[in-house]
Amino acid sequence: MDTFKKISIPNIDISDITGKLIVIEGTDGVGRSTQISEIKKWLEVKGYAVTVTGWIRSPFIGKTVQEAKEKPTLNVNTFTLLYLADFADRMEHEIIPALKAGYIVLADRYIYTAIARSMARGLSQEWLEKLYGFALIPDAVFYMRITLKELIPRILNSDNFDEEYWRKTDKMMDFWESGMDMRLGEDFYDSFIHYQKKIIQIFDKLAKQHNFNIVNAGKKYPYVNKVLKEGIAKLVGIQD
Amino acid sequence: MADATQGIKIAWRQKMRKYEVPHNYPGKLIIVEGIDGSGKSTQLKLLQEWLKNQGYHVFFTEWNSSDLVNATIKRGKKKNLLTPITFSILHAIDFSDRLYHLIFPPLKAGMIVLADRYIYTAFARDSVRGVDREWVRDLYGFALKPDIAFYFKVTTDVSIKRILTGRQNLKYYEAGMDMRFSDDPVESFKIFQGKILEEYEKIANEFNLTIIDATKNINSQQEIVRNTVKKILENYNPEPIIK
Repeated sequence: MDTFKKISIPNIDISDITGKLIVIEGTDGVGRSTQISEIKKWLEVKGYAVTVTGWIRSPFIGKTVQEAKEKPTLNVNTFTLLYLADFADRMEHEIIPALKAGYIVLADRYIYTAIARSMARGLSQEWLEKLYGFALIPDAVFYMRITLKELIPRILNSDNFDEEYWRKTDKMMDFWESGMDMRLGEDFYDSFIHYQKKIIQIFDKLAKQHNFNIVNAGKKYPYVNKVLKEGIAKLVGIQD
Repeated sequence: MADATQGIKIAWRQKMRKYEVPHNYPGKLIIVEGIDGSGKSTQLKLLQEWLKNQGYHVFFTEWNSSDLVNATIKRGKKKNLLTPITFSILHAIDFSDRLYHLIFPPLKAGMIVLADRYIYTAFARDSVRGVDREWVRDLYGFALKPDIAFYFKVTTDVSIKRILTGRQNLKYYEAGMDMRFSDDPVESFKIFQGKILEEYEKIANEFNLTIIDATKNINSQQEIVRNTVKKILENYNPEPIIK
């Protein structure tokens, strides 16, 4: 395995990695987490040790990112670096050790999400890819792609739009993830639409550049599940 | 004139390492670098007094960690999770926050900003801790190029003498004890600062820092500092950006 820009990580040897790094990307509301937890179980039944990693789950930096989000003054540049710190910690203490122990690491989103979010806010792709230059190149990226039209009803039906959330404005779908900090429209809905449109465009570009396996996530759950499993089975060497 | 400014602006935006081209803010950014005990902070204070005395609007900032990052570093150390890369990024986070809130505004207002340590401190320290040199230089790609960057060059023998005058012990990180070069703080300090010094030498050359012989006495150093600053103040006409 290699890192994107061949940037080495101090005191860590990646030459003896035996596990597989599988990334599932896709926007909010696409059903990523449900698929991942089901696939994890399926792989474990097949006898593979699996660990799942996701954003802001670093034991010491995840909390910092959460705290920083409450500071209204933080800008895009600082946010980008906060996400980078969270990722670096998970790379060093979660992803690499698991891969060295022969685990399958299922990444619930990867550097592409962070890069896309910062790109949507005007930062240079080239710079962002250099920052993440120490990230391991995954064995495969499955991109659960959905059109905006298919995504809207799913989001409108989710927790983010119920009345309780509306009352507790602080719990409203994360400002950063929904692009509310960009003030792209007069209300939450307009802003969400503009933002998701941008994100989907950026992801389509990244998909080409980084050879993502595109999965049509606009289809029903069983179909998407089958396609993902087929792809993973081939990669890991499961037969039946 | 308008075209020239536009040219700088475009070049600045396109650069991935923005500190490679001059900024076009009306203010001036003057920074000092050097190992602990090089006397750079004393020199900056003297410069500040001199500038203020002449009626300039001066803003001072130093390379210190914010509460947010300090708390994170503390958590990381406690859990033994802090590594050269995360340590490096956490400092970049602080620098980014400081740049946007404490350095850009006074520069836009046409003030003179004095910074005690700048990105070159990170370049030197992170490289010694084994982080990829080019990567650190990219990490700080959003930084501004200083109008003057002084590097106070000193030997570790001189700096250690200065630090230990007035206090008994060297601090853990100051002595680079985390690098485990030696169990003896003074010995460790010498090795660690010696390595930082080597990095500074490369950096001074790479980024054309203004080298000051910091073994000389205080006022002769200050004289050189003031003469250098005088030159950039000749065409300094602080006009705040209003749009």
